[in-house]
Amino acid sequence: MSVDTGGSPAAREVMPPSGPETPTRPITPSGPANPGSPGPASAGTAAPPLASAPAAAAGLPPEAGTPEELIQLLTPEGQRVDHPDYPLDIPADELRGLYRDLVLVRRLDTEAIALQRQGELGIWASLLGQEAAQIGSGRALQPQDMAFPTYREHGVAWCRGVDPLKLLELFRGVSHGGWDPDEHKFHLYTIVIGNQTLHAAGYAMGIQRDGATGDGGEAVIAYFGDGATSQGDVNESFIWASVFNAPVVFFCQNNQWAISEPLERQSRIPLYQRARGFGFPGLRVDGNDVLACLAVTRAALRAAREGQGPTMIEAFTYRMGAHTTTDDPTRYRLASDLEAWKLRDPIERVKAYLVRSGAAGTGFFDEVDAEADRLGGWLREACRAMPDPSPLSAFEHVYAGPHPVIDAEREAYAAYLDSFDDSGPGGPGGPGPAEAASVPSAAQARGTGGFERTGEAQ
Amino acid sequence: MTTVTLARALNEGLRRALEDDPKVLIMGEDVGKLGGVFRITDGLQKDFGESRVVDTPLAESGIVGTAIGLALRGYRPVCEIQFDGFVYPAFNQIVSQLAKMRYRSRGHVTLPVVIRIPFGGGIGAVEHHSESPEALFAHTAGLRVVACSGGADAFTMIQQAIRSDDPVIFFEPKRRYWEKADIDTSVSPADALPLDVARTVAAGSDLTLLAYGPMVKVGLGAAAAAREEGRSIEVIDLRSLSPLDMTTIAASVRRTGRCVVAHEAPTSSGLGAEIAARVTEECFYALEAPVLRVGGFPTPYPPSRLEEHYLPDLDRVLDAVDRAFGY
Repeated sequence: MSVDTGGSPAAREVMPPSGPETPTRPITPSGPANPGSPGPASAGTAAPPLASAPAAAAGLPPEAGTPEELIQLLTPEGQRVDHPDYPLDIPADELRGLYRDLVLVRRLDTEAIALQRQGELGIWASLLGQEAAQIGSGRALQPQDMAFPTYREHGVAWCRGVDPLKLLELFRGVSHGGWDPDEHKFHLYTIVIGNQTLHAAGYAMGIQRDGATGDGGEAVIAYFGDGATSQGDVNESFIWASVFNAPVVFFCQNNQWAISEPLERQSRIPLYQRARGFGFPGLRVDGNDVLACLAVTRAALRAAREGQGPTMIEAFTYRMGAHTTTDDPTRYRLASDLEAWKLRDPIERVKAYLVRSGAAGTGFFDEVDAEADRLGGWLREACRAMPDPSPLSAFEHVYAGPHPVIDAEREAYAAYLDSFDDSGPGGPGGPGPAEAASVPSAAQARGTGGFERTGEAQ
Repeated sequence: MTTVTLARALNEGLRRALEDDPKVLIMGEDVGKLGGVFRITDGLQKDFGESRVVDTPLAESGIVGTAIGLALRGYRPVCEIQFDGFVYPAFNQIVSQLAKMRYRSRGHVTLPVVIRIPFGGGIGAVEHHSESPEALFAHTAGLRVVACSGGADAFTMIQQAIRSDDPVIFFEPKRRYWEKADIDTSVSPADALPLDVARTVAAGSDLTLLAYGPMVKVGLGAAAAAREEGRSIEVIDLRSLSPLDMTTIAASVRRTGRCVVAHEAPTSSGLGAEIAARVTEECFYALEAPVLRVGGFPTPYPPSRLEEHYLPDLDRVLDAVDRAFGY
């Protein structure tokens, strides 16, 4: 069986040799052992990854790949490095702008977690650690480009001008999103894993039919995670984009964890190498390096616009927080991994580079911190002040045209609500004792008050 | 007036929709050169080109998912699912995305996607080619679900579905594809009976028989047979399965006092159950008998040598009619 890795020469060296393997036999790794990797694959255990590069790119773990494999323009120490394929000449004000974005979206994230802990949000999916992947790719987009996010792309939403309160609204339970995707060229958050990649491929096919490619034309970016690469929809979207040569960039943030499942449970090869099997280029970028993410995404979007079809970008990063505020990562991963990744922080390296290059000083950093404080204060205040939607709004926007069943049930529920007398002893919005007595089951079902009374009586 | 098969009537309707609106696309497996396995899209790719009549990769979720993306871009895709039993790989995209995106966006997003599904049995096919999954979609808020029963209606119904700003699941009775009817191709979809209105196809005074898709013809046969026994049966072609046209249904049952619902799908938790509940709620004092259902068994679709037992035929419908008169 011949195995074509499609990777760099360095990656190819660690692939198993072509040989008389039978197709049914599991591929076993060769080359240097992966430290800490489990033994030979057996039923129910994770197979070790196939590529374990001996020489990692600067400051990254061995599995991140060699410097040839992993595109990096700014080391974790804030050292600017060049890459022959991705030259980036970035003006100082743009660099400061990226730093500001990174700091502000981290603050947005921190505040949202705190608001969840205070009961103001039902749940929050943290972007901590993924700021550079999101800001770098988000700022690579032209205004006319369309983005299809997961539910964690708060940084990209920020770049697309979506009001952060709209994000809080969703996680507070006030709406399911509700922003206008066309206004921001930023689609709604998609919660079912990987579904949006097909929407992105279809949208890109629409761009082709509109003749809107070429110079100044449009492209699409689809966001998803490492876990999503196991989904049928993601694989189907790769096929569609490939055979129709659609102008779409597949941006995979490999944060190493799909809730509790490590990357090894999703793939035996580096994710970017999957692209080759679908017939388009895949590449891996240091996902904590905002400059590399920016340069690589820009290039991929340009290629898409120019009719060269899709590219898959694997942004190699780490989910520093929990999957969501309901998750407890101490049950499944090592604190030492987290410590190692703290040294690769996406913000600190930009700050170090700004200082080293003289592009920014204390005054600038203080100003950004003050802006972050103002953002935090505003978010807290606005979130707490957010009113609940009216009960009857639950019936709105199900259909574009009239719908007799919904109309009838809305009217019936409105009449039911109206049957409670606001001036009664039960107070506004709740049934009084008289109503409770006449419609006991309804009163009990209506709210905590009725329910608690029932409980006491029993 | 021309006399054409149901397949041809649908083909003409699709052709008209492609001519009327450049945003209309057709996509699916084998819909191009082959014209679809039932030839419903015959000749359309030749006349409208490969970018408007798209042979897709063989993956149903991909068909519906990319159709959603095209609709977000302003297109009006008409997806063909080759057979009823092949729609389930697309079920998540239909239920989680297509049906809910308007609601999720609080009205900002409109998804005018039509999903055509040949449904029902009676063609001696292998497994997964004879199912009636309409209740799954009728249960899903955000979708409109319709079923055509014959060519005259199908010609305008498919055009109306394509013009709808809501997603429409469009069921086509595959065993009727080759049956001929007179169609008037000069009728504009705007002037035809609206998509969400039921049609009384036979007037009667003693019992209301509700049917849709392939069962309308069976129902008309049953009504004719019952007439010989002196029973006057009103047959209503529901056309719209979600929403149900309860105005037409309830008005009829209030007059007749008896109601039988017939469909090929299993009766258990089927559309007939919903109709029976609503008729009971709305017409309780007019009913002379409980609303009875006749339909498929609560089993998977059987091997085709058994399908004549599974599919409700004229005799089983008449048996239900007899029972309704026994109260």
